[in-house]
Amino acid sequence: MSISTIVQMLGEGALTSLLIFGFTLVGSLPLGLLVAFGRMSKLAPIRWLMRFYISIMRGTPLILQLFIVYFGPFYLFGVSMGTDYRFTATLIAFILNYAAYFGEIYRSGIESIPKGQYEAATVLGYSRTKTFVRIIFPQVIKRILPPLTNEIITLVKDTALAFTLGVAEMFTQARAIVSSQGNLMAFLIAGIFYYVFNAGVAFIMERVEKAFAYYHE
Amino acid sequence: MSDPHTTILRIDHARKSFGSTRVLNDISLNVDAGEVVAIIGPSGSGKSTLLRCATLLERLDGGSLHYDGEPVAHTDDVGKIVYASTQALHKVRMKFGLVFQDFNLFPHFSVMRNITDAAIHVQKRPKEEVRAEAEALLKKMGLEDKGNAMPCELSGGQQQRVSIARALALNPEILYFDEPTSALDPELTAEILRVIRGLAAERMTMVIVTHEMNFAKEVADRIIFMNDGLIIEEGPARDLVETPQSDRLKAFLNKLETWEQHGIPES
Repeated sequence: MSISTIVQMLGEGALTSLLIFGFTLVGSLPLGLLVAFGRMSKLAPIRWLMRFYISIMRGTPLILQLFIVYFGPFYLFGVSMGTDYRFTATLIAFILNYAAYFGEIYRSGIESIPKGQYEAATVLGYSRTKTFVRIIFPQVIKRILPPLTNEIITLVKDTALAFTLGVAEMFTQARAIVSSQGNLMAFLIAGIFYYVFNAGVAFIMERVEKAFAYYHE
Repeated sequence: MSDPHTTILRIDHARKSFGSTRVLNDISLNVDAGEVVAIIGPSGSGKSTLLRCATLLERLDGGSLHYDGEPVAHTDDVGKIVYASTQALHKVRMKFGLVFQDFNLFPHFSVMRNITDAAIHVQKRPKEEVRAEAEALLKKMGLEDKGNAMPCELSGGQQQRVSIARALALNPEILYFDEPTSALDPELTAEILRVIRGLAAERMTMVIVTHEMNFAKEVADRIIFMNDGLIIEEGPARDLVETPQSDRLKAFLNKLETWEQHGIPES
């Protein structure tokens, strides 16, 4: 098998990896904000629930969570989901897992904003929602960009875990090629793919950080 | 600005505790339109808390609070404090402005946006009108060329002048200052005092918590001396500073004078 064939096959897998990556971000970034709100809620039961959820997501392996989401419907409820469910299960597990991490990042950012910002906004008549949207959240984004970048880069690499459910993403493809060819070329090329992907992520996040560099505190 | 001789702020028998510490102990205070009132007293005397209760940043535990004769908070028959509805409080907040000790400008907004954002997005006033007013305010503050600057590019004195402009942009009936010069060097302090003096000359109604005794004497119509959550003495500014009646005020003024001559002791 020529290198160009390997690249082409991996490219198809890479598209699936990219989809997992994209859908996970789109789902978990907003969900993470809800998690952060829940974790800081005035209502103790909601706070405890979120704490528990975060502790489970952070305290158990993502690979285990993938299996539970995938096999759960059958073993728990006797429902067969069919093979299409692999991809959905991957997304559900990834989104739930990453929302917990993003939630904690949001929370750290929100809690780091000085009380004076809220007080100034309150006195100026901003409602709670307007205070958050106009005053607090834009400052939070700037503060959480470095940990957010770390987490997003980890997500790129974590997409490879979808191979455990047999989703045809890049690592799954690479593994299949390696076992049929008897050499490591596909792994090497897959590694380059991941590396370039993450270089792209780092580049974009750097641009975003620069876009927020117009002020400092 | 409002008619003279109408009472804007009325606080009666205000009480406030933090845990078991009584911070305000039966405080009553009226401020009439056009009046400049300075509140002085040692740290921990409750003067900042009084301001924070008047600006609704803290809730009173007892007593009552009125703006323009309208009740904002009152104590009911069983001794429980009752505040007006959220919407009513929102309206009340439009009546006053507050200048903080450490400015609290919004760091992600330009100077112009700091001044105009609430007028445009909270008061929903037309952009052009608000911007024109903001330009005028910047000019008044001697910052006409700073509209596009970010707060982090300004000196402390300039930031404080922006925060005064920000408060004035909502056209408050009364403006509160919480130790507006405490975070500033002496030269920068002078800038701020000049601005406040200018506002006093325009008969802007103001309540100023300050340690600048000479300034208080010169700019205020009335000085209130607080200690341990009580108003110990109040009266026309000059009289109060020059002929203090109570021992505590005498001691306080003496201490300030010694500090002014010999510097503030290290510990």
